[in-house]
Amino acid sequence: MSGGISSLPLEQAVWAALEDVHDPEIPTVSVVDLGVVRRVQVAPGRIRVEILPTFVGCPAVDVMRAAVEERLSGFAADVEARVTFAEPWTSERITEQGRQRLRASGFGPPAPSTSEGVDPHLPVLPQATCPYCGSRNTTIENAFGPTLCRAIYHCAACRQPFEQFKTV
Amino acid sequence: MSMPADRRVTRAAVAPDVPAFDVHGLEPPVREALGELLLTMADDEFVLGFWDSEWTGIAPMLEEDVAFSSLAQDEIGHARVLYEMLAQLTGGDADEIAFGRPADRYRHCRLLDHPRTDWAFSVARRWLYDNADAVRLSALASSSFQPLAQLVAKLRREEVYHLMHMDIWLRRLADGGDEPRARLEAALAQLLPDALTPFAALDGEPALLEAGILTAPMSELADRHLERSSAVLAGLGIRIAGATPGRGSGRDRERASDAFQWLWSEFTMVIRSEEEAVW
Repeated sequence: MSGGISSLPLEQAVWAALEDVHDPEIPTVSVVDLGVVRRVQVAPGRIRVEILPTFVGCPAVDVMRAAVEERLSGFAADVEARVTFAEPWTSERITEQGRQRLRASGFGPPAPSTSEGVDPHLPVLPQATCPYCGSRNTTIENAFGPTLCRAIYHCAACRQPFEQFKTV
Repeated sequence: MSMPADRRVTRAAVAPDVPAFDVHGLEPPVREALGELLLTMADDEFVLGFWDSEWTGIAPMLEEDVAFSSLAQDEIGHARVLYEMLAQLTGGDADEIAFGRPADRYRHCRLLDHPRTDWAFSVARRWLYDNADAVRLSALASSSFQPLAQLVAKLRREEVYHLMHMDIWLRRLADGGDEPRARLEAALAQLLPDALTPFAALDGEPALLEAGILTAPMSELADRHLERSSAVLAGLGIRIAGATPGRGSGRDRERASDAFQWLWSEFTMVIRSEEEAVW
């Protein structure tokens, strides 16, 4: 590791380093932007990172977990990233910076969702804001897109199709 | 059940293990009953996922090709975590449970034992299953077995999209003119006798109820599912003469159906030809 970060407390340095680990399916956002990192615990010679999968079946989770461990390998002898379901990952966990980065690369960020009490019998109507022109006059074309976390919309205002990071 | 040691090592390096839980805190009868619950849920998701995947490349429109491929990935991903949880409970191996059994040892419900058939049939089956699954998951959201309750909280958020998608398709076919409507009604007539089989009684059900792992008897969940699904179908003016949802055993069969035997031969093709393959 470079000497520059050694002056930071280790935990802070770990969080900073995790900004370098990107979602392999949406490389413009980091695991920190996505809120995938739940917790970092540091002890002498030992780092534990808890990861919340965006979707249970997401194949990128394995890749992100390995990338987190590789990125942190210089920080301690014993580094482990673990998947946890201790709380559900929700799209509310995406940071403001993450939302800006999604918009900048043509993804609609998720709509605000209720964090509790989602009733599978009462599905919410999916809504998205166009990342190109900001219009809310959009319609869902497909609740399923090229990856598990993406849905496809069309903007009636600027007539662009776009993908949204699903609201979950 | 033998497995090369290096295969386990390879898996451990890449697979997302489910969070560790205290197996020893569970009484043996409860552990066995929990194993049965996890296996039946996992097999349901696994088998449905592979039926979904049979539409990849040949769905009636490109959007549905994408959607059913995504649904398949979701369900097989859900099954994977449930198998991992079961493996931790029993000290087994998730790959071995998922792919290492003969076809007649799978415990998926009879609703999922039919062949893929046509588009209307796949829509009707998935709509019935997604509604049943929503009822089952809502009953497990407050399970006393925390690892399952936590996973279920996550699964419900994903399953919302499945249910929504199939609801749109059910209505589209019901209002889609003579042929779509006729095909949908024919599919429902064939499937309704098996509509409640996701709630077939489990051997370990009394132990699950007593331990608070399952918060309501399967028969009560079946009633909830029946009430809700019948109301939606009645709202669409669909009455299927002569078809009443049966209860039956639902998951036990002496021999795999021809349809499932074929599906099994497809999804075990790789593991049977390359023993060390990992998923």
